[in-house]
Amino acid sequence: MRAVRDSEAVPGRKHVRVGRLAASFRPRSVLVPVVCLALLVLVAALNIGRGSADIAVLDVLRTLAGGGDHAETGIVFDLRLPRTLAGVLVGAAFGLAGALFQTVARNPLASPDILGITWGAGVGAVSVIVLGGSAGQVSGAVAELGVPLAGLAGGLVTGLLLYALAWRRGLDSYRMVLVGIGLAAIGNNVVYWLLTVGDVDDATRATTWIVGNLAGVGWEAIGPLALALALLVPVTIAGVHTLGGLQFGDDTARGIGIRVDAARGTLLLLAAALAALATAVAGPITFVALATPQIALRLVRCPQPPIAGSMVLGALLTVGADLAVRTVAPGLPVGVLTAILGAPYLIFLFLRTRKEART
Amino acid sequence: MTRTRLQAENVRLGYDERIVVDGLDLDVADESVTVIIGPNGCGKSTLLRGMGRLLRPRAGSVLLDGKRIDKLPTREVARTVGLLPQTPSAPAGLTVGDLVARGRQPHQHWYRQWSAGDEEAVAYALSATGMSSFADRAVDELSGGQRQRAWISMTLAQETSLLLLDEPITYLDLAHQVDVLDLVHRLHTERGTTVVMVLHDLNLAARYADTLVAMHDGRIVSQGTPDEVLTGQLLSDVFGLDAKVVSDPVAGTPLVLPISAHLRDEG
Repeated sequence: MRAVRDSEAVPGRKHVRVGRLAASFRPRSVLVPVVCLALLVLVAALNIGRGSADIAVLDVLRTLAGGGDHAETGIVFDLRLPRTLAGVLVGAAFGLAGALFQTVARNPLASPDILGITWGAGVGAVSVIVLGGSAGQVSGAVAELGVPLAGLAGGLVTGLLLYALAWRRGLDSYRMVLVGIGLAAIGNNVVYWLLTVGDVDDATRATTWIVGNLAGVGWEAIGPLALALALLVPVTIAGVHTLGGLQFGDDTARGIGIRVDAARGTLLLLAAALAALATAVAGPITFVALATPQIALRLVRCPQPPIAGSMVLGALLTVGADLAVRTVAPGLPVGVLTAILGAPYLIFLFLRTRKEART
Repeated sequence: MTRTRLQAENVRLGYDERIVVDGLDLDVADESVTVIIGPNGCGKSTLLRGMGRLLRPRAGSVLLDGKRIDKLPTREVARTVGLLPQTPSAPAGLTVGDLVARGRQPHQHWYRQWSAGDEEAVAYALSATGMSSFADRAVDELSGGQRQRAWISMTLAQETSLLLLDEPITYLDLAHQVDVLDLVHRLHTERGTTVVMVLHDLNLAARYADTLVAMHDGRIVSQGTPDEVLTGQLLSDVFGLDAKVVSDPVAGTPLVLPISAHLRDEG
């Protein structure tokens, strides 16, 4: 049984029902992710096609669908796909994490990179690389599971610290941002220090932990990330309904039956886990988690960051930035471009927040 | 004896180290309008927050249908008690329709986020508050009176048999104040909703209340019909106000006329 119909009470909303499942949505919140997804496929194919031997977009798509010749299949699946796939997964994780942070904190400045989660995850991952011996080139089981697990642990510990330090009879959003900026500065410096004492001789590995890089990501890193996303994303989506109620003040949210503190804590930890796992794969690709929820919100024209829109747009932005960097300045990490884009955006946000605070 | 679903028993409420309400008992009569009055800082809002489970009692208990309200699941309470905080805030750009639809949250599940019952309740809540034609307007673009009606509409959509309103008419002009209180009165007469609200305007409180509760320093000093409660003595004791109480020529309820200092000096 399936039915999509217009809501009579709430103009602009549609209801959909499939069996026992029922949801209410605005058409743009579906349209925007679908359009972005189509763009993402195109940009991803362009990114895969680029390399020492260029492959045309259509050939890439044909190969991905299973119709490529032996050489194309080898290049696409063994060499090129991991980088782009990592971009898609990492970008989606950052986009979703950013949307969760911003909704829970009710503040567009709240994102895992500003709040230090990304840097905490970086500390965890770099610790394993540096302390795990053979500086910068850990391999085998340590690299495959140790790095993402250490990143996850670092991100979660930072998330718990953030929650504990920002807590005062409830979670105050402004306090959380200030505490987070402090934690980010500490984490950032610990990463630098670890890289110095660890004498990481592989320059590519080292830059990854400073600016974020998709080059050199192999299949072995994608497995754990994909598995974690497959577990975390459905859990998060089940919590989205609660998320909608958290956009009001605490009293109103409690009044409509939300266990505010429990919901906040759970969603923040989920978001921290997503950001930490993404960081463990590609390093701190800043700006993606900060900006995508706000861009998605404006495209969808809704009052709070849309979940699907933020995920797809995060992936699109990350892969798009990777493609742009490879086209303009081959060899430069993708994180450099997102950092350059991020700085003016952050200043804009600060100015706007101050203006709103004054009026 | 009057029936009551919501009771405070020897309740102590406060924030951090500060105790605001202590040793207070209150039985809210079912299907009636109870208005809490009292000077600023006397604990009216704190009591209402305690009754609505927004504040956990330090001692004593708040009972809903005989059970301790802080032990009941949040969602279950939200299906029985609706509450409107003093200064609710909505994110910029949220439409009235979406706001009111949020009132259905306690009736929904993650797998069933809409039902025919939701649609019906939202349509009723919008029309009862006269907000149907504003459903696609942004809440932050409305006038004060419209915005307040939108928030009340949200609590109506919750379809609760008890409604707690914290100063629902503050910041509204007189016409809108009467509008909102007429709506509350209609809910009470048409749907049998039990209403508890905090009001500052004594004359409107007297006109719309079945029971007036006067508070001072975290305690209830007088409770009863408006005629019983609103006396010159009480106004002097509780508010420190020198006033004459006459019969309201329109409604017949008590009307408080303050005797201000400049009149006393001239007289």
